[in-house]
Amino acid sequence: MQQTGQGLAVAAATEDGRLLLARFSASTNLFTGETTVRRDGYPLPQPPASAERILLDRTGRNLFVSDGAGRIHYYDISRPAQARLVQSVPVVAQGERITAMEFLTGTVSVIVGGSDGSLSQWFLVRDADNVEHLTRIRDFAPHGGAIVAIAPEYNRKGFVAADASGGVGVHYATSHRTLLMERIEGEVRHLALSPINTALLALDGQGRVQKFDLYNPHPQVSLSALWGKVWYEGRSAPDYIWQSSSGSDEFESKFSMVPLTVGTLKAAFFAMLFAVPLAIMGAVYTAYFMTKVMRGFVKPTIEVMEALPTVILGFLAGLWLAPFIEKNLPAVFAILLFTPLAMLVVSLGWSLLPAAVRSRVGGGWEAALLAPAVLVVGWVSVSMSPLVEVWFFDGSMRQWLTDVGIAYDQRNALVVGIAMGFAVIPTIFSIAEDAVFNVPKHLTQGSMALGASAWQTVVGVVLPTASPGIFSAVMIGFGRAVGETMIVLMATGNSPITNFNIFEGMRTLSANIAVELPETAVASTHFRILFLAALVLFAMTFVVNTVAEVVRQRLRKKYSSL
Amino acid sequence: MKNWFKSGAPWIWLTGGAVTISLVAVVGLLALIAVRGFGHFWPAPIVETSYTLPDGSQMRLLGEIARSETLPATQIRESGIDIPEKERFVTRHLVKQGNRDLLGRDFVWYLDARMGERSTPRDAVMIERREWGNFYGYPVQLREGDRVVAEGEALWRELDERVRRSNDLHEEIRRIERREIGDINFRLERIRLAERRLQLTPGLAPSELQAQLEPFARERGELDARYALIQERLDRLYRDVRRDTLTAEIMDGRQVEISLANIVRVSRPNAMGIGQKTAWYAESVWEFISGYPREANTEGGIFPAIFGTVTMVFVMSIIVTPFGILAAIYLREYAKQGPLLRLIRISVYNLAGVPSIVFGVFGLGFFVYFVGGNIDRLLYPEALPAPTFGTPGLFWVSLTLALLTLPVVIVATEEGLARIPRTIREGSLALGATKAETLWRVVVPLATPAMMTGLILAIARAAGEVAPLMLVGVVKLAPTLPIDGNFPFIHMERKIMHLGFHIFDVGFQSPNVEAARPLVYATALTLVVIIVALNLAAVGLRNHLREKYRSESD
Repeated sequence: MQQTGQGLAVAAATEDGRLLLARFSASTNLFTGETTVRRDGYPLPQPPASAERILLDRTGRNLFVSDGAGRIHYYDISRPAQARLVQSVPVVAQGERITAMEFLTGTVSVIVGGSDGSLSQWFLVRDADNVEHLTRIRDFAPHGGAIVAIAPEYNRKGFVAADASGGVGVHYATSHRTLLMERIEGEVRHLALSPINTALLALDGQGRVQKFDLYNPHPQVSLSALWGKVWYEGRSAPDYIWQSSSGSDEFESKFSMVPLTVGTLKAAFFAMLFAVPLAIMGAVYTAYFMTKVMRGFVKPTIEVMEALPTVILGFLAGLWLAPFIEKNLPAVFAILLFTPLAMLVVSLGWSLLPAAVRSRVGGGWEAALLAPAVLVVGWVSVSMSPLVEVWFFDGSMRQWLTDVGIAYDQRNALVVGIAMGFAVIPTIFSIAEDAVFNVPKHLTQGSMALGASAWQTVVGVVLPTASPGIFSAVMIGFGRAVGETMIVLMATGNSPITNFNIFEGMRTLSANIAVELPETAVASTHFRILFLAALVLFAMTFVVNTVAEVVRQRLRKKYSSL
Repeated sequence: MKNWFKSGAPWIWLTGGAVTISLVAVVGLLALIAVRGFGHFWPAPIVETSYTLPDGSQMRLLGEIARSETLPATQIRESGIDIPEKERFVTRHLVKQGNRDLLGRDFVWYLDARMGERSTPRDAVMIERREWGNFYGYPVQLREGDRVVAEGEALWRELDERVRRSNDLHEEIRRIERREIGDINFRLERIRLAERRLQLTPGLAPSELQAQLEPFARERGELDARYALIQERLDRLYRDVRRDTLTAEIMDGRQVEISLANIVRVSRPNAMGIGQKTAWYAESVWEFISGYPREANTEGGIFPAIFGTVTMVFVMSIIVTPFGILAAIYLREYAKQGPLLRLIRISVYNLAGVPSIVFGVFGLGFFVYFVGGNIDRLLYPEALPAPTFGTPGLFWVSLTLALLTLPVVIVATEEGLARIPRTIREGSLALGATKAETLWRVVVPLATPAMMTGLILAIARAAGEVAPLMLVGVVKLAPTLPIDGNFPFIHMERKIMHLGFHIFDVGFQSPNVEAARPLVYATALTLVVIIVALNLAAVGLRNHLREKYRSESD
């Protein structure tokens, strides 16, 4: 018997071996206010030999019948008049019988208890041909005797099972845990749970009821539920999914930390990809080649860059950069390609100028001389962008990417990489510059005296000496990128997906905490998992920062001994 | 060419290029924010033009052109708009036509090719309203009740005057609602809590309790009577403010009535000279800085956000300064150098590297729910189950930020102490001062500017931080400011608004992003100006310090 969306449905097996389905629907006449109840009865085809238990799900589309031979027969009754038997599966070991069968809350999963004490979870899984099959999902720790009663929890995917030998076990489906195995007196016939899952009633053969207090606040968490692939209800395969809440009470919460961790690393990776070359090259140049006058201008500018609130970077990334990149996608790639080329061209041109002109400017002004080239490349790329789209990409590069099979979100890893790269450049730059600048002068002078060129000195002497400092700069930058919240919150779509596509978004641990922590109930499982996420984040940055700091202190000692 | 490559010049130039790119990005970003932020307040011309619809019919367009862009035609075609095959590029304009209540949408894209001749009619008006955003149209007549007061040319002067009057009335209403009624509510709540506290006092005889409750009941009666009087005055003011109405014609020819009570400001940008525009600009900026937000924060000013940020930073400074400075003095001057100290140093640096959101989570779990919950149980049992300190608020925001900025202060102070020349210390010791005297009379005063630098940097960091604040007490709209005229004047338990969070909220959570966009830029500009100014001050102070000690130690 089940209340469905279209009214009440009743399924029954008769003694003479027939299987019947009846549907009752009530309708109220708008004018008279009279309520009429209609009954539609249908016989079901191919009834099993000895039907024992019948389960009817809440959608009114699926019917499960168990028989004496340990099999479940699955009927598709979405159109009752053309109901059909889809599948008959043995669900317990050869020679055993099904002794208990119950839906979990939401009536999607079926828990089957066997005469050998086995417990397993089954639900319908859609295969490649879009046909649903009843599939064994997971087995629970077996009981000592035949399962006699199963009681599902309200609003969670847990259940309590009792066996013939007096054992009672508390199990949880999603996290695949058996939380408690206890012996109780008497022979249990029925079990019932209170609506907030804090009390358990057991009825035994003599009609006595025993009440047990149950303290089971967070059964959803297990190592496998947080970090492993889990086969969630209604999915076709085990997967990593983060989906903490939904409108329905019967929703199975999906607390996999994997998409969030991968998202965090993805965001940090693209940020580092953008920031590391720029910051380190810039640091080497500023510390070693730049004139003092320009240094006096560059260093405060970088400090201002470091001080810029990330909320501003995030807002510009989300509201300005993301639409800009979407519209000028070819320009982004053109800038990436042509800016270094333009720099080389300027460099070559400069070397061809007469020595008198060059010596008037002096060395160490290259960065300033390159500014017009960078601006021109940027401007030309952006203004050529629509033309390039028309010529090569049929008018829209974004559409072209989608056609080629690359998903494109407006707020994607590229945008985050640039914005967050911008945020970590100054961090890496300052520390790396410090390390390069403090390389003892007698080393570089010695190298020059032996006839090495400036660049050879940098590659052969300065970089190897300063490399621990540069390494720690990169680590600290990485730590900052991992923990950054506002930029990823505003510049990604915050969709918890697990991939490394540069044109798709991600959801990071930090953004997830910022989004969900203010919304969740205090001290709930979700609340605690968010605290765990913060701990994971803390652990990541703690390790990275400690390593960086130790390396830096050792480097300082090395410099002072040189 | 070969020589050029061998000399390593290309590599040097490439590394130089990395600096260039970084600098161009910083300067470009600041320029972008400045241009968009400052530009928002300049009155834009109202453009009138005709527009041919796809079915051939004509319509009149009136509004400001917010943005224009040129796109490949295919992209427009994809969105279902018919463009002739031969066109490869299409120019379109985003027109701010306002009148959201009448036209449905206030920002609409129009194709340039279908626009007719553009003109800027002198009598077109832009009206800032309290609800539904801006209004664009032509004023027709001004009425007081049913009587027509002014039409045609005379209308303008009359309208200006009457808008000023209705604004004065509105100001008065707001003052009464905020101050006087807020004051009464505050006292009523205090009485309720005092009564409840009495009732919770153990061992109080019923008769005694009754006697003690007596004065409260009387006071409550008085307050209720005062409230009734104020309410009456308010009703009268509300009637007054709705006296005048303006009839105006909008772009599709409809005539609509706007109550003057609903008007904030009226302008005729097309008839304004440079002087008038500048005056308007100054007035707009002032209104933005000093005004309260309207319409889910997408219009009006950001005063509560500025005020909240400043208060928060102020409380934070009071907390972080003594802790940070004492810790630094201990670490530098007293602690024995050894593995333990090295561990502490690493921890301090590590604290600086902990993601800010983790501080927020810690603040929420430890400060708000643990400490705050216990404070409530011990000190404010009468207010329970409504939490006083057991919920996010100003104090917890400040405390969390103090923790976050502690390493900044420690590091800066230590650096300052380290920079004091040995000669000065030794001089003091040689003259017979003890170690403590040397420290407190000589070294610390000399290091004060370094401590200031640290504090300024901490403030700059705190003012820009947003992520942890979302968890421990910053909200999108706080009903009251954290400081007011009621005892104890600064209310540590109240929730506050914050500039950074305002940017996030208005830019990403508001229903009408297009309308809010200029405001977000302006808010961002305010925040950037504050932070860059603070940082430059710190940098200046530090450089000044460096020079000073250099000359003294020589």
